[in-house]
Amino acid sequence: MSGAVLPGSGATRRLLRNATFVIGALIVGLVVVVAILAPWIAPYDPYAIDLGRRLVPPAWMEGGTPANWLGTDQLGRDYLSRLIYGARISLIIGVATVITSGIIGTTLGVLGGFYGGRIDDVVMFLITARLSIPVVLVALAVAGLLGTSFTLVILVLGLLLWDRFAVVARSTTMQLRTLDYVSAAWCAGSSHASVLLREILPNIATHLAVVATLEMALAILLEAALSFLGLGVPAPLPSWGLMISEAKEYMFFTPWVILVPGVALFVLVFGVNLLGDALRDMLGTDLSR
Amino acid sequence: MVRFLLRRLTVAILVALTVLTLSFLLTRLSGDLAISIAGPNATQQDVEMIRQAYGLNRPLAQQYLDWLVRAVQGDFGESFFFKDRVANLIAHRLPITLTLGLVGLALALVVALPLGIIAAVREGSYVDRGVMLVALIGQAMPSFWLGLILMVVLGLNLGWLPISGTGGWEYYVMPGIVLSFSAIPSLMRLTRSGMIEALSSDYIRTARAKGLSRISILVKHGFRNAAIPVVSIAAVQLGFMLGGSIVIETVFAMHGVGYLAWESISKNDFPVVQAVILVLALIYIALTLLADLLNAVLDPRLRTS
Repeated sequence: MSGAVLPGSGATRRLLRNATFVIGALIVGLVVVVAILAPWIAPYDPYAIDLGRRLVPPAWMEGGTPANWLGTDQLGRDYLSRLIYGARISLIIGVATVITSGIIGTTLGVLGGFYGGRIDDVVMFLITARLSIPVVLVALAVAGLLGTSFTLVILVLGLLLWDRFAVVARSTTMQLRTLDYVSAAWCAGSSHASVLLREILPNIATHLAVVATLEMALAILLEAALSFLGLGVPAPLPSWGLMISEAKEYMFFTPWVILVPGVALFVLVFGVNLLGDALRDMLGTDLSR
Repeated sequence: MVRFLLRRLTVAILVALTVLTLSFLLTRLSGDLAISIAGPNATQQDVEMIRQAYGLNRPLAQQYLDWLVRAVQGDFGESFFFKDRVANLIAHRLPITLTLGLVGLALALVVALPLGIIAAVREGSYVDRGVMLVALIGQAMPSFWLGLILMVVLGLNLGWLPISGTGGWEYYVMPGIVLSFSAIPSLMRLTRSGMIEALSSDYIRTARAKGLSRISILVKHGFRNAAIPVVSIAAVQLGFMLGGSIVIETVFAMHGVGYLAWESISKNDFPVVQAVILVLALIYIALTLLADLLNAVLDPRLRTS
């Protein structure tokens, strides 16, 4: 390869030359920075109601003002500030869900793939059972029974979205189990736990990272859908899904009210998916060698 | 082949029983179902009355067995809110959801198959990249938001389609488009990768060497092999789409089982919620079973092994 003299590992360099990865990383990076810096960059308090200034259009539209760059909502709250704080909700729910479901799914998948036999039968059964449960419906029903809350959304999604982690962890572990270096560690007298944690887990990590991006995108979309239906994150939190739900009464007169939070949601999920695609492409080339 | 089918059938029945148990346990999650049913404004007397009327004062195991025996017979009890048998309600609403699901799947296949094939034939070109971009956009689209945008553009601004409600075929177009977005990306990727694999195989080279026409090679030799996984995934996708239709039915006020479930959740009408979860899960289980059967029938390699 001509670029072999460049510093840095091969994988990192390939990623940085990949346009898909760079665009995805820029989008997600921007949202993360905005979410972290929210208290400093948001022009107003996202919860401050001003009934005298309801539904002010964005600055570039007729009747808009630079004071509220993206306009105000039906209660006169600054749309840009709510959008900025909303990024926190989407990201926290996305990351927390992926961690919860990742731990559950990876544990099940690695155990099933590594031990096979009866244990694998049980794992396969759990995956099949999980897939037959309609996620949105169950999440809505649980929220309807227990009341809506931020942590409940994370918990419910985390407990439901582990299936793809389990499937991928299981099949990749199966492939690794028979390879020489795993057998070598085995023969050298390593314990089960040591082989699993030191030989298997690091080698399936990249595959799991691809799943993590897909699941994070899914979790963000599901949170928005649940909040939109009134059974996700409770008001007055500035969840993007909830913002669309609160604005939908006005969408036939002022369509921008649903456009702004919807575009934010789409762009973030698009960015996360781009990262996943770039990682998958990299894996594809690795596997073909 | 027979052993494979028996095994598959046993798993399906066990999964169905698990889902039955889970949907029973789900409604007991709040601790006291009677309080949940009675709602926040109920008196102690109301709660006690509900507990008596629904047999919630009996031991949990007895309630479970009783519910299980009835559910297996298709008896899901009575809805408190609609004052009707739950089974009747679902039977009445299910055709709408199934129609919506089939419309969504048909639209998804009409878009995904040709695009997937074109992308595979022109692998690595700008056409291919464009198709992959369509897949990414479809994956990132919030379905309820797309629904609202279509309502504003196609319903209000252009006036082509009714904005919302339940009725003739024109009421299924917009929800169908939105629903198809959730299945297009995976079907398209699968068609593309299947076609790429099929086109690089030996039998395609033989077909080319025989001097067969391009179209004939693509359709008769390439697609017939690439279609095997697509058919089974399409069945599974239909199951997912039915489960996800709750969001779309609520956005468009279509009175299918999804909307029924949403209404019932907000009215604390739990026998209905429980039954809808169960019915959708059973349909999914049946569809995956069908997918496996189709796979076995279509692919002779699977049939003999």
